[in-house]
Amino acid sequence: MKHIKTIVKPVLKIVAGKGCGECQTSCQSACKTSCTVANQECENIKRR
Amino acid sequence: MIHCYQFNEHNIVLDVNSGAVHLVSGVAYDILNFIHASGVFPPPGETPGTTPGGDLAPEGPLAIALCAALAEKHPAGVLTEALAEIRALAEAGMLFTDDSQVTPDMLEGRGAVIKAMCLHVAHDCNMACRYCFGDTGAFSGPRGLLSRETGKKAFDFLIRQSGARRNLEIDFFGGEPLMNFGVVKELVAYGREQEKRAGKNIRFTLTTNGLLLDEEKEAFINRHMDNVILSLDGRPEVNDAMRKTVGGQSAYARTAGNLRRFQQSRQGTYYVRGTFTKYNLDFSEDVRHLAEMGFPGVSVEPVVADKTRDFALREEDVPRILEEYDKLAQLYLEYAERGQTFAFFHFNMDLSQGPCVVKRVSGCGAGTEYVAVSPEGDIYPCHQFVGEPDFKLGNVNDEGFHNALYERFNAAHIYNKPACAGCWAKFYCSGGCHANAWHENEDLLKPYALGCALEKKRVECAIGIAAHLAPPRLP
Repeated sequence: MKHIKTIVKPVLKIVAGKGCGECQTSCQSACKTSCTVANQECENIKRR
Repeated sequence: MIHCYQFNEHNIVLDVNSGAVHLVSGVAYDILNFIHASGVFPPPGETPGTTPGGDLAPEGPLAIALCAALAEKHPAGVLTEALAEIRALAEAGMLFTDDSQVTPDMLEGRGAVIKAMCLHVAHDCNMACRYCFGDTGAFSGPRGLLSRETGKKAFDFLIRQSGARRNLEIDFFGGEPLMNFGVVKELVAYGREQEKRAGKNIRFTLTTNGLLLDEEKEAFINRHMDNVILSLDGRPEVNDAMRKTVGGQSAYARTAGNLRRFQQSRQGTYYVRGTFTKYNLDFSEDVRHLAEMGFPGVSVEPVVADKTRDFALREEDVPRILEEYDKLAQLYLEYAERGQTFAFFHFNMDLSQGPCVVKRVSGCGAGTEYVAVSPEGDIYPCHQFVGEPDFKLGNVNDEGFHNALYERFNAAHIYNKPACAGCWAKFYCSGGCHANAWHENEDLLKPYALGCALEKKRVECAIGIAAHLAPPRLP
């Protein structure tokens, strides 16, 4: 494409049931006072 | 829904419901902004399954209107060309997508499983930081330390409540947990025994001000803690203005010395975490200070404080703070381009995957899968609710545990928060911090607006940084 370059694919459309729930809780990482969930790692990806 | 913004020389378009991110030319950017402003594509949830391809047809009313509106700025041929690419992406499910992948089960049907605990091993502290949300360690209650017996019961409680979850998390928190380090050590040993028995994997974290660190403690921490959070605000004068010892003495030199030593021995993840207040709105300089000290992971967070406090952040500070995040993003890029990348917690996004959509819609987990436990064994939805009687969920000594607030917290997700419905950042913050919402608005469903403004900016910067570092660039 000449006008558009996609740098992130539609990752939110990849759905795996209810999720495995094994990933880290955001307030256990480095935060404790605000909330960013999208910077947590997917445990399934990490394990590969 | 899309979100269009500019970062450095980049025109960035985020397709909110799919998470796709595009870098676009100036023409495509103008077209997409026009479409967005036209309101042709309403917020998700109202028209699931909307397929916009037809609306963007070359002879359709929208195409005719936007070609007329942008005719003076761009030649007709270029507009048609860019519009065709936009239409192709929309038809491929990468622009103007709906949120039909989000099901009710993802939102409220995950089951009452507790997998993470903030364990307050000390409601006492050797520092008296002015901005402490925990009442300088006491959390509005008596000062005291967690006993090994209550600690073990907290571990048993977590394992009992964790259902089929294998990975469990325990953060040794306070107050200052190193004031009760003997119990921390005993509890780690107990946890190691119990995880084997129960088929679990417990990940330990320690959050400390670092004053009591010594080589012996560091050796233990390095052996057993998956993550360590060390508190230091940045420049010496900034740190010492807020973070003083109980006796009112400067803590910078001692803390920084201990952290530097820890840095040498640490094998594993750790973050140096600071707080910024109204008095250091130039906090990118504090991040620079921590990065220059060589810490690989830095998190500097906005202060959480009642608006009556002199150091609290207020609405009028927001424009200045947003500018500062821009400066911080440039600093981050400067380091990255020199090959000296450090991790800034809120810019740390893996855009190519990140957490699954279920995680993103279910939020931080406070009050559902995450709890805090006080030295008395009392259970609260998270560390920021500790000491508030209305939020006490029970005690680890209770025979039966029923989380009476489960439904309330479980339902506090982005689809029940009116302010989140039309917000482009909802899949990144997941509705924000419950405690901030409650303490600001006394309503779990009404997010803390100032926090939202800052979070949106941080997400823009995080995506912008990824875009900037993604070669090759558009002409």
